[in-house]
Amino acid sequence: MNHTIIQVKDLHKDFHVGEVTVRALRGIDMEINSGEFVAIMGASGSGKSTMLNILGCLEKPTIGEYQLDGINMGELNRNELAGLRNKKLGFVFQAYNLLPRTSALENVELPLYYNSKVSSRERRERATEALRAVGLLDRMHHMPNQLSGGQQQRVAIARSLVNDPVVILADEATGNLDTRTSYEIMALFQELNDKGKTIVFVTHEPDIARFTTRNIVFRDGLIKGEHPVTDRLSALEMLNQLPPDEDVDVSL
Amino acid sequence: MNISNLFKIAINALRRNKFRAFLTMLGIIIGVASVIAMLAIGEGSKRSIQEQMSSMGTNLIQVMPASMERGGVQLGNTNSESLTLKDITAIQNSCPDVVAVSPELRASGQAVYGNKNWPTSMYGINDEYLNIKKYDLASGRMFTESEIKSMGKVCLVGHTVVKNLFGEDADPIGQTIRFKKVPIKIIGVLAPKGDNSFGRDQDDIIMAPYTTVQKRILAIDYIQGISMSAASEQKANAAIDEVEKALRKSHKITGKEQDDFRVFSQSELVSTFSSISNVLTALLGAIAGISLLVGGIGIMNIMYVSVTERTREIGLRMSIGGRGIDILMQFLIESVLLSVIGGILGIILGYLASNLVGSIMGWPVYVMSSSVILSFLVCSAIGIFFGWYPARKAAGLNPIDALRYE
Ligand SMILES: Nc1ncnc2c1ncn2[C@@H]1O[C@H](COP(=O)(O)OP(=O)(O)OP(=O)(O)O)[C@@H](O)[C@H]1O
Ligand SMILES: [Mg+2]
Repeated sequence: MNHTIIQVKDLHKDFHVGEVTVRALRGIDMEINSGEFVAIMGASGSGKSTMLNILGCLEKPTIGEYQLDGINMGELNRNELAGLRNKKLGFVFQAYNLLPRTSALENVELPLYYNSKVSSRERRERATEALRAVGLLDRMHHMPNQLSGGQQQRVAIARSLVNDPVVILADEATGNLDTRTSYEIMALFQELNDKGKTIVFVTHEPDIARFTTRNIVFRDGLIKGEHPVTDRLSALEMLNQLPPDEDVDVSL
Repeated sequence: MNISNLFKIAINALRRNKFRAFLTMLGIIIGVASVIAMLAIGEGSKRSIQEQMSSMGTNLIQVMPASMERGGVQLGNTNSESLTLKDITAIQNSCPDVVAVSPELRASGQAVYGNKNWPTSMYGINDEYLNIKKYDLASGRMFTESEIKSMGKVCLVGHTVVKNLFGEDADPIGQTIRFKKVPIKIIGVLAPKGDNSFGRDQDDIIMAPYTTVQKRILAIDYIQGISMSAASEQKANAAIDEVEKALRKSHKITGKEQDDFRVFSQSELVSTFSSISNVLTALLGAIAGISLLVGGIGIMNIMYVSVTERTREIGLRMSIGGRGIDILMQFLIESVLLSVIGGILGIILGYLASNLVGSIMGWPVYVMSSSVILSFLVCSAIGIFFGWYPARKAAGLNPIDALRYE
């Protein structure tokens, strides 16, 4: 039942900047099964975001094969890739990327506008459902500037869920948040993963990576190592262990 | 992606920036409103001139003395006396397409009745003049053949003269007024005719037999002009030819010698004035059109800025499945909506403004439906034309670069 969602074979990505060629990825082999919660880790510049962008069909590899849910993405054109993103993928960005002056609900509805099969009624229902899943039902008419960073990221997660994707791709999704809010977001991701969602999560923070089920470590465009997370932490439990006034420095 | 979703997306995007959308539209609103108003003013004045001129009778033909040149030298004033009563006879005898002809003399002076006086003009004419110039008698009678022959001291008066010498509703028939010291009896009152196309009051007039004006008032041998009617508007040109021939013969002008008179037809005047006001309308329209163009460039400017400003939004839309064509259409619809809504508001504003100008300045205005339709089409075209480049730019963005844009 745990079938392969992502299959990458000998994947390379070069960037040409003037005379210089940057070899961001230099031969990646990777397989991710449904139900996994994978953290991609590594130092800055090791190629994590480049990998995620290729997985997200936002960028094409220079060479190499990539199959997403049985579809060979090397054979698809720009428009077909957009359709694939619309139906099979969900993105969560470090900077949330919500539309300003647009309510939480409308932000979550956005991907469904690009799917002509979804009626406006179904669109509203599914967006409401996604907001419920991230616990923001009562905030659905709030604008992004009326929400905290963590709440904005929840809206972004709801947006990534709304099209029921086969995989959610998150790039440094907790990068802008404090520890407590990061744990809250990770608790949400763990909850989604428990319900069966496949998640690929780029981070360079080892303690965040311990909430996932498997870690893949990148270095200089290659996979340096990978290991299942044996001592997986529960973000919810960690949250409860945090001192309530964690941010106040009492030693002063 | 269906078109109704694209419209919703575009409308939502505009709603997020209501004030800016309005400012952007302002250029189009003002441009369209001025096009509509300018064309309405131009067309209104053209129509009113045409209407009034044809109310004078499009078969009207007039002859005036003309200055004569020989070798570029103007030969004094003598030729302003070139027309005489003999010319009237010549026209009557040899112009079959002329149905009525009258000499025309004009004397300016004070008309006096009792202790009131009024500066006006006395026209010397014959009994066909009323027909030729489309005047009607309100009461009384026209002077007779014998009154003309005997230089009778009788006259018809216009409404303005009656009002100023006798009072609004008075009946002046049978009264005697003095014009340049000559006592003249009123035998008829003209029906009011209003202002002509040059703003002259056509009721500020006294009409007397041409003999009376020529001999008793002006004491001259010549006449100042000839007015006549062609059999019909279509026959006007033929009539003009006949009149020219007859007058050249009676003035003994031969070969290449220049005429000492000029023949005008009313229809010629109408078309001259229409073409003048057409030029004027085109000029006004062109000036207004330039402001419309500036409005269009304003839209392009804002759309261009907004593509840059919304680069990350574009990246996001692409990452969640927006295709290049979807992004292109969104921006194109935004700019077309801006210009079309601006155009509609501009049409309404232009309509109101023309009517306001019309009632405040007392100018005739006429909003042509063709100018409304034209403005509307031009606006849509502006939206597409000036929206295209920014929209193309947006659609061509690479999703990753757009998402990373700072
Ligand atoms: N569009 C680009 N043009 C040129 N070089 C690029 C481009 N994108 C990425 N690179 C290069 O590719 C390499 C990998 O970049 P990438 O963004 O994948 O790193 P990362 O692991 O995500 O780093 P960080 O943790 O800092 O986000 C870097 O050397 C980077 O400079
Ligand atoms: Mg990165």
